[in-house]
This record gives sequence, C-alpha cells and structure tokens, in this order.
Amino acid sequence: MKMPLSAVIGLFMTGAFLFIALFAQWIAPYPIDSAVGKVWEGPSAQFWLGTDTIGRDILSRLIYGAQVTIFVALVSSLLSFGMGAFFGFLAATRGGWIDTGLSRLVDLMMAVPSLIVALVVLSVLPLNLIVLILVMGVLDSTRVFRLSRAVAVDITVMDYVEAARLRGERQSWIIFREILPNALSPLVAEFGLRFIFAVLFISTLSFLGLGIQPPETDWGGMVRENKDGLIYGKAAALMPAAAIAVLAISVNLVADWVLSRTSSLKGGRGG
Amino acid sequence: MHPIVKLVVQRIALGLILLWAVSVVIFLGVEMLPGDTAQAILGQSATPVALANLREALGLNEPALTRYFNWLFAALQGDLGVALTNGQDIAKSIGSRFGNTLFLAGCAGVIAVPLAIGLGLIAARYNGRWPDKLISGVTLATISLPEFVAAYFVIFVLTQVFPIFQPVSMVFPGMSFWDKLQAVALPVIVLVMVVLAHMMRMTRAAILNVMQSAYIETAVLKGLTPMQVIWRHALPNAIAPIITVVVINLAYLVVGVVVVEVVFSYNALGQYLVDHVAKRDLPVVQAVGIIFAAVYIGLNILADVIGIVTNPRLRNPK
Repeated sequence: MKMPLSAVIGLFMTGAFLFIALFAQWIAPYPIDSAVGKVWEGPSAQFWLGTDTIGRDILSRLIYGAQVTIFVALVSSLLSFGMGAFFGFLAATRGGWIDTGLSRLVDLMMAVPSLIVALVVLSVLPLNLIVLILVMGVLDSTRVFRLSRAVAVDITVMDYVEAARLRGERQSWIIFREILPNALSPLVAEFGLRFIFAVLFISTLSFLGLGIQPPETDWGGMVRENKDGLIYGKAAALMPAAAIAVLAISVNLVADWVLSRTSSLKGGRGG
Repeated sequence: MHPIVKLVVQRIALGLILLWAVSVVIFLGVEMLPGDTAQAILGQSATPVALANLREALGLNEPALTRYFNWLFAALQGDLGVALTNGQDIAKSIGSRFGNTLFLAGCAGVIAVPLAIGLGLIAARYNGRWPDKLISGVTLATISLPEFVAAYFVIFVLTQVFPIFQPVSMVFPGMSFWDKLQAVALPVIVLVMVVLAHMMRMTRAAILNVMQSAYIETAVLKGLTPMQVIWRHALPNAIAPIITVVVINLAYLVVGVVVVEVVFSYNALGQYLVDHVAKRDLPVVQAVGIIFAAVYIGLNILADVIGIVTNPRLRNPK
C-alpha cells in the first residue's frame, strides 16, 4: 500500500523531533541556563530564534525542552497504555464483578475533566517529574481501558480463546498470548493519539505553572516565561507554541494514517 | 408513568449519584494522598507546636469521615468554608467569578454553535470536494492545538500584526454590557476556535450518516437541490445527535475556559482555581473543583436527556 504524502511528512517530522530530543546535549548550540545575549534579541546569525526574557538562547532551550516534553509525554502514555490495556483485558476476560467494578471506577474518573482532576490532585502532591508522569498516566489510562476492553470483549468470544481456556491455559497466557496480539493494531493507532494528548496535557500544566519546575524547562513552561513579551511585540513565546503545534500535527498525521489502515476505532479528544 | 419520564428521571438520579461519588473522591481521595495541609501552609521550617496548633484550629485532628460529612452538609447550605491563604469566605469569592466564567463561556457558545452547524452543513453539502477539504483541514489543525497555544497565536495576530484588540481582558463590576463584550472579544475568539472543530466534524458526520438513507435518494430523485435536501430532509433527522454533540462540547468549554482565563488574566473561576492550586489552598481547590465537576456532569445529563426526548422511537412506545 502506498503511503500518502501527509503520512510521509508526519513520519519525517516526528522522527526529526525524536532525534532532536535524543541528542539535545550535542545539538544545542548554547547551554540551557546561561544568559548569552541581551534580553529579547530578535533572530540573528548568532541566535537563530533570538533570545528570551533573560537573554538565554531560545533555540537551545527549545531543543532541551523537546527532551523533557517528549520524555514525559512518552513515559506517561506508555504507563497509561500498560495500565489501561492490562486492566481492560482483565475486565474483558474475567467479566463478573471485576469487570463491573473496574468499569464503574473508570466511569467515575471520566465523569470529571482530566484537567480539573489533575489540578485538584496536584494541589496536594509535590510537583516533580515522577508525580506528574504518574498523574497523567493514571488519568489517561481510563480512555485506553475503555478502548482495550471494547476490543478484547470481541476477541474473548472467539473460538481460539475458548480453545485456550479448555486447554487449561492460565489467565496471563490468555491475556498476553491470545488477546494482546489480536488487539494490537487498534491499540497502536490509539497510542499516537494518547501521545499527542499527553504532550498537550504536560504543556498545559507547565503553562499554568503546575508542571515542570525550573531550572528544568519544557515547551509549555517556555511559553509561560516569555508570554509578557508578546505585549511589546516580541515573538519569543510563539516559538515553543509553534513547536507544540507542529509536533501535535505531525503525530496526528501519522496516527490518522495508521487509523485509516487498521480500523475505525478512534478515541475522542475528551476533557 | 410514561417510559420517557422514567428514563429521564433515571438519568438524572444517576447523575446525582455520580456527583455525590465525585465529591467523595475529591474530598476523601485527596485526604488519602501523601501531604499535610498544615505543613503546606506553614512550610518545611514550621515548629511542631505551630503545626499542632494549626491542625487543631483547622479541625484536622477529627476523623476524615466526620470532616467530610461536616463539609458536605455545610456545602449543601451554601457554606464552602474559608480560604486557608487569606481567610476569605469561599462562597462569596466564587459568586461573582462564576458569573464572569458563565458570561465568557456563554458568549463563546452563542457564536460557536451556529457557526459549527453552518460549516458542518457546508462541508456535508460539498462532501469530498474542496470546501469540505478546506474546512476539515483547518479544523483538524485547530483540534491538535492546546488552548493556550491557540490563544497566543490569536493574541499575536490581533494585537501586534493587526492591532485591533487589547491583550488583557479586564472585567469589573459596574461595566456596561457593551464594554464587557468588547473586553472578552479575544478570549471568546480563542474558545470558539477550540470547540468549533469538534462540533463541526460531528455535525458533518451526523448529516453524512443520514444521507445514506433511502428517503434522501427519493428527495434527490424528485429534483430537489442539494441544499434543500440537506435542509428539509437530512438536518431534521440528524438534529438529535447534533444537539447531543453541541451540549457535550459546551461541557468541554468548561475545561477550555480554565486555561483561557489564565492566558488573558480574566478574573473568573478558572483563574481563581489555578491560583489556589499553586498556593496549595485545598478548601478552595475542592470547592471550585466540585463546581466545575457539577457543571460538566450537569451538561452531560442534559445531553443524554435531550437524546432521550428527541428520539421518536422512545417518544411513541409500541
């Protein structure tokens, strides 16, 4: 099957972002936290994207920020996937009170927008990387739970699962060897969407000042640092904003393509 | 009892139970997390005596269940307690801010809903051709932007490139309605952008779904123009799913409003919430969190009820 142009562009851009995030230390022209220029300089040969509110090189901070943003989003979406898929499959294979209990719990968690829940929880917990990843992962796993449960319910009634049960295979065999391989393709497509959601979520939290704390930085935090410049016509805040937008759109293009190839199961954006 | 009334009553009762469960989670669940309110207020360097005194004063030594029920009954009577940081009455602080939030979200809804349905109709009319592709492409781009990113692009374009608006939205009591409208213009534009895409896509999908029916083919064959077919035959049959989507997106607006208020320093509920999360003022966060949850759950119930009431199969039972 021929890849559409949009998917090629999306894959290329996503790959480029991953490369930058992986090798940030070697690519960035200046250190992350040293004021190398004057405040809010425009783009020049020395500072390609200009300097920020206290004279740090924006390009370098963008590159280091890519590392934090992509790392946090990736780990939390992996966590949400692991948890959501495991409990979803468990609910589908065991049925009964485990299924009812887990499903009602997820209904309860999804009854309130994730951002509101996150804000309530983060008002108590310490703000560090591990807490952020856990909170985002757990909140987002509800959506994966619903999808993987729906997919797995269809699979558990298949003859080969029945056969495995009659052979006397254990629960973990049925989940990992029978259901998982057959549920993989819709889940992979969903992963792209969850990853974007995690990028937007961590950026929003950091923008609100409740995400990544200085001296570490991410794109949402950079928008926050430089937002006051906009009033004086300094476009510094737009650079990280554009980075978020381009990353989200690139991954979206890839996810759309995978989705159109596999199935019509698509998780909503949701609160 | 008419089955439709029964369904509606059931749905509302379910929503109220859900809201109660959410209040339990927001209160007791948060209590269980590691963290100490007294420590949070006084900081790490607090002396043990000061901590004990503050715990006593805040009633933190009582069992959590007792405190939950005290809080719940007070909240039901409109008493949400006082803020830890400045000792002000929370219900009073929320009152005026809630009005501001509703004003902002309401303006956005009034503009976004007709616009989304109109664009959805056009996209469905020219399905697969350039107007459809243009509308779908642009909305796909806005769907993948977080609210604050969209907001800063709008600010930059409309205050710097074309200086039409002020970048800050101040509303204060005593402003005339017209002045208020002007003050919220920018945040409203941003909110419309954020919710438009989803509503428009679902409208388009709902119409295209109906377009498969046999009676649409009849309408086409008897010589109606495409717009007449959509307007007279497709839209009335797609109206129930469209209304449901519209209401769900209005609920989504509740979340969007939090971030947008912070961007524009708009003095309303979302800004109040975020400020007090940063200050770790738990009573305020819990109260505002419950209000947002209640609005969200309420709108979702409304969507379901409209879905039930507009469904002709349920309205005329066999």
